[in-house]
Amino acid sequence: MRELTYAEALREALRQAMQEDESVFMIGEDIGVYGGAFGVSAGLIDEFGPERIIDTPISEAAITGACIGAALTGMRPVGEIQFMDFITLSMEQLVLQAAKIRFMFGGKAKAPFVLRTPAGSGTGAAAQHSESLENWFVHVPGLKVVMPSTPYDAKGLLRAAIYDDNPVIFVEHKLLYKTKGPVPAEPYEIPLGRSKVVREGKDLTIVATSIMVRRALDAAETLAAEGVEAEIIDPRTLSPLDMAPIEASVKKTGRALVVHEAVKTGGFGGEVLSRIVESEAFDYLEAPVRRLAGRDIPIPYNRNLEYHTVPQVEDIVAEARKLVGGAY
Amino acid sequence: MEVTETQNYPAYLQEWGEEKALELLRKMLLIRAFEEKAEELYALGRVHGTMHLSIGQEASAVGASLPLRPSDYLLNHHRGHGHCLAWHGSDVNLMMAEFLGRETGYCRGRGGSMHIANVQANNLGANGIVAGGIPIAAGVGLSIKLRKTDQVALVVFGDGATNEGAFHESLNMASIWDLPVIYYIENNQYAMSMPVKRAFNIERLSQRACAYGIPGVSVDGNDLFSVYEAVKEAAERARAGQGPTLIEALTYRWRGHSKSDRQAYRTREEVKAWQKKDPIKRFAQKLGLDEATLAELQQEARERIDQAVAFAEASPEPDIATIMEGVYA
Ligand SMILES: Cc1ncc(C[n+]2csc(CCOP(=O)(O)OP(=O)(O)O)c2C)c(N)n1
Ligand SMILES: [Mg+2]
Repeated sequence: MRELTYAEALREALRQAMQEDESVFMIGEDIGVYGGAFGVSAGLIDEFGPERIIDTPISEAAITGACIGAALTGMRPVGEIQFMDFITLSMEQLVLQAAKIRFMFGGKAKAPFVLRTPAGSGTGAAAQHSESLENWFVHVPGLKVVMPSTPYDAKGLLRAAIYDDNPVIFVEHKLLYKTKGPVPAEPYEIPLGRSKVVREGKDLTIVATSIMVRRALDAAETLAAEGVEAEIIDPRTLSPLDMAPIEASVKKTGRALVVHEAVKTGGFGGEVLSRIVESEAFDYLEAPVRRLAGRDIPIPYNRNLEYHTVPQVEDIVAEARKLVGGAY
Repeated sequence: MEVTETQNYPAYLQEWGEEKALELLRKMLLIRAFEEKAEELYALGRVHGTMHLSIGQEASAVGASLPLRPSDYLLNHHRGHGHCLAWHGSDVNLMMAEFLGRETGYCRGRGGSMHIANVQANNLGANGIVAGGIPIAAGVGLSIKLRKTDQVALVVFGDGATNEGAFHESLNMASIWDLPVIYYIENNQYAMSMPVKRAFNIERLSQRACAYGIPGVSVDGNDLFSVYEAVKEAAERARAGQGPTLIEALTYRWRGHSKSDRQAYRTREEVKAWQKKDPIKRFAQKLGLDEATLAELQQEARERIDQAVAFAEASPEPDIATIMEGVYA
């Protein structure tokens, strides 16, 4: 199959949706001639013009409100928040408006829009341009949260998000944009709310999100050479969360490790592990459930500090060894 | 609305004397040399991260700090290397060390280009968030008022920042409480790829002042004297308890927004036309300096920057064992 980068896969999903559906449009900062800070919308303005690829002033709250208002009245906007850090400026509109409008209006309104945003560290952009805030939105009923880890998933999940009738926070990772993988040319949807087993194994279950899926896969190679077979599951949609494959896996392996980049305290790992211990899978556990996540600090500028702030491949290997080796 | 340079410069030159005037020129040259070195180090792969260069905006940086006192406050923004160097008591070694992520840097290598602060000198830091410093400045103004000192706060931000809600909320608050804050827009014609012409339906951003009932002025930001004059007047008003002022300094960024910018949104001709208004050359001309002397001073500035790089590169990187430090007091 043909290979695309993650950024190209996203662009293809956007292009195809915009070609077939007049109600889809994009709105955000520098998404036109600049092509978006990470180039996702490069060239789309030439194809669709400034009426559908709408460059805005620097006004995140208003971008978000514009998405909500247009979505309430028949459009399917795709907003872009240039870095996930700046979504903090969208919070009122997202948390108090978008997430609740349908419920408050007795189910009679809907706000089908996607807010795309790049998260994560590793670019030397320091504390205000490196956040991973996905779990804030997992905490808010009424929002869906999607976090693709491959080009294939990026394309299929973005299409599903665009056609979903709910507000969807679509979290991309800066370090994934240039990664390549097979992507079918035709439009396809990956349903929201389906976890995926990306590697089978019998010795431990690793639930990883976004860039940590790749790192976990790399770690699994090292572990396999040592005779440890890790099963890796990518939830892909953090909310709603599909637990069935995770529980089934833990029943098989008896060991669970969650890996994410966001800080550990109050992070997504706590939710996954709580659900495991609340489920039947609890009876099958042979060791305490574990989290490997970002340190509870802002992202430092210095390259070495930055590297050691979030889980790396060697950290996953070390943690898996301990979990399987009976260290806990 | 035409914006012209001040005609009062002979008086200012006389007031400062030749030595101080030369010092101002040296400061502008130091800023430019810093930015050029930053660019070079990035190209050589010796910096990890992005940066926002202020080449072409040096008069705005040096002119804005000039009328203020060391006891006043500065709140700076992402394109802030120049303002940081221009502020009282700044040390270019410590700036370069921060830029290169060293333990000896202003922020122990934790902050980097976008977050350089010199807290002891009342430089409350650059900011990675557009408009992020604007509400904080109102708080600094409030504190000054509550502490009953005659300090003022200068907050620097770009044209793009004035379209964030935080700008509007803060200016109104500062106005109703007569806070001693100078709101300083560095209008360099673009917010990343967004030209001012498309982001506003008003001609001069200083017109916004009338919505909050405060004075607003637009000045030639490439003329050090004009910037000085406007900030001086604003500071006098603020110290006299007459509240905030909104200043728009018109200037231009010569380089791309950051290192990933292909600059598809503007023409080379436009950049060249603005380069003719080089703030450093304009100032040197008014001092009556010849080319050779200017070149000599430029060389001096470059050598000073090389020393700063040597200091930074000889400094240790932060120790991984200290990684958890500094989050809480
Ligand atoms: C809240 C927020 N939105 C967007 C950005 C990304 N961003 C950084 S600088 C910039 C342009 C700022 O333009 P302006 O305020 O005019 O300052 P300039 O860069 O021109 O000096 C943008 C969009 C950001 N850092 N913070
Ligand atoms: Mg600007």
